[in-house]
Amino acid sequence: MSEQVGLRGKAWFKALTGSDTSNNGDPNSVLTTTAAVGNESALFLCVVRDKDSRFPCVRDGQVGLEEAFTLATHVRAVIAEDRDKPRPAKRPIIAIVDVKSQAYGRREETAGIFFAAATSADAYASARMAGHPVISLVAGHAFSGGFLTHGYQANRILAFDDAGITIHAMHKEAAARITRRSVAELEKLGHEIAPMSYDVRDYAKLGLLFKLLHADDPRHPTSNEVAEVRRAITEAIADARKGKLDLNNRWESDAAKETRKGTLAVRAALEAQWFNE
Amino acid sequence: MNTPVLISDFVNRKSFIELDARARAQSLFDEGTYKELVGPFDRIESPWLAKQGIAPQSDDGCIVIKGKIGGSPAVAIAFEGAFQGGSVGEVSGAKMTAALDLAAKDSEAGKSTAAVLLLETGGVRLQEANLGLAAVAEIISSALVLRRHAPVITIVAGTVGCFGGMSLVAGVSSYTIMTREARLGLNGPEVIEQESGIDEFDSSDRALIWAIHGGEQRVGMGLADSLVEDDADKIAAAVRDSVHKGVPDKHRTEQVELYRARIAALDTSSQIDPATLRQQWANPKGVVR
Repeated sequence: MSEQVGLRGKAWFKALTGSDTSNNGDPNSVLTTTAAVGNESALFLCVVRDKDSRFPCVRDGQVGLEEAFTLATHVRAVIAEDRDKPRPAKRPIIAIVDVKSQAYGRREETAGIFFAAATSADAYASARMAGHPVISLVAGHAFSGGFLTHGYQANRILAFDDAGITIHAMHKEAAARITRRSVAELEKLGHEIAPMSYDVRDYAKLGLLFKLLHADDPRHPTSNEVAEVRRAITEAIADARKGKLDLNNRWESDAAKETRKGTLAVRAALEAQWFNE
Repeated sequence: MNTPVLISDFVNRKSFIELDARARAQSLFDEGTYKELVGPFDRIESPWLAKQGIAPQSDDGCIVIKGKIGGSPAVAIAFEGAFQGGSVGEVSGAKMTAALDLAAKDSEAGKSTAAVLLLETGGVRLQEANLGLAAVAEIISSALVLRRHAPVITIVAGTVGCFGGMSLVAGVSSYTIMTREARLGLNGPEVIEQESGIDEFDSSDRALIWAIHGGEQRVGMGLADSLVEDDADKIAAAVRDSVHKGVPDKHRTEQVELYRARIAALDTSSQIDPATLRQQWANPKGVVR
C-alpha cells in the first residue's frame, strides 16, 4: 500500500471536528467527539493507527476488539441519550472510514473478534433503526470486516473519488491468491465486472453510494473542500431523515436497478412464493 | 426380550454433518409442513460467475425452506458449503436478506416467524466481492430487525465452519447452536497465517484451531449457546427449544459494557490461552446435549 492507512481518516476527522485525540478511557486508535454539522451537533467516530496498541495486529489501522467495543459504547450512549427525542431531533452519527481491515490475529480470534465486530455493527444499525441519521464518509480504505464493523450499517455512504479510495472485500494480493489469479488478471476482471473492481467509480455503479466527493489531496483538505464535504454530509443527513430506517435504498437506487438485477429478481420471486400458500 | 446393546447410539444416529444443505434444512421442520422457496427450478443464478468461466448453480448454493418448527412458523436459510465454499454472492445473500425481511413482515403482523440460519461459509464470494460484502451488511441489518420480533437461530455444524463476514451474522443471532466439529471465527487460520505470519497462527495446528474456534470452546466461553452432538434429531430438538424460548430479554450484542470490560482485563503481552479464557468467561447457561 502506497499510503499509510488511517492518515486520511485522521485528517478528515480533524478537519470536520477540530479534534484529533482520543477520549480518556478509550484506546488511542478510536477518535470520537461531538461537533457541529449544519445547524446541529453530531457524533463523529474514526478508527486510526496506533502503533503502540497493546494488540499487535491492529497497529497498522486495523479494527480489532478494543476498537469495536469502543465504537459500540459511544454509539449506544448517543442512542440512550436521545431515546425520548423525536426522529428529527436525534443526533446524526458520522463514521469516518479509513480502515485497513479487521485485525488478523490469534489474540483477536481467541477472544471472539467476530462477536466484537457484531456488537459494533449492531450499535450502528440500532442507531439507524432508532431514527438517527448514520452517515459514512469513506476517506481512504474500507476493507472487509473493518468496514462491516465501522460504517457499513449507515443510511447513506459518501466517498471520495480518487485512487486512494478502496472499498473491497479483500486486498488485491490475497484476493488474487484465493481466486487463483494474478493481480494483473484480477485488475483486468475488475474493469469488466463492477463488484470485483478496486476503483471507487466502479463501486459507485453498484448503487450503494449516496454521492462521490472530491478533494485534490485528501490528506490535506483545503477550507473550500471541507466546506463542500460538510454540505454533502448535511445533504446526506437530510436525505436519511426523509427515508426509511432500513437499507432498502441500496437495492432500490437507480444504479442498483442496473447492476443488482439478481438481488431484485430474488426479492420479487421470494415475496411472490412466500405469500402463495 | 432384553438383548444387549451392541451398536451404540453414536453409530445409529443420523449424522447432520453428512447431509447437504437442503436435507439439513428439511430435517428441522415438522413433517409435511414445509416447502422450498426460490428453488433450483426458478433458476435464479449468479449473474457474475459465468462471466469468469465458473459454472453457476441454479440455487446459488443457498436453500430457503418455509414451514413449521414445533408448530410455529419458521424459515430456514442454508448455505451449501460444497458450492464455492458456501460463499455469499449477490443471489445467495439476497435470498437470506429477503427471507429475513419476509419473516419480519409476518412477525410484525402478529405471525411470529423464527429464522434458522445454517451457516457453512467462508464468507464473501471473492468473485462477487463488493456485492457479497454489501449482502453481508444487509443480512446483518435484516437479522437485527427480525430478532426484535422472533428469534434468529444460527446453526454451525461443520465441516466448513462459519468465517468471514458471516461470523458477524452468527454474532447478532439470538441463539447459536454448534457441534464439536464446527468452527466459528472472523478469520480462518490460513488467512491469519498468510496476513500475520506462521508465528501468529500455525494453520497446520489442528488442536490449536479447535481450541480457539471449536464449538466446545465457543459455547464454553459464552459466545454460542448450545453444544449438540452431530445428530439430526438432537439438532432439530435444540432448534425447537430455541424457537419456543422466543426472543431473549437481552441479546448478547447489546451487552457492550460486560464484554468491553472483559477485553480491557486481558493480558495481551503474550498469546491468550483459550482454556483459561473459557474458565474466566464461563457460560453457566450453555446447554450441552
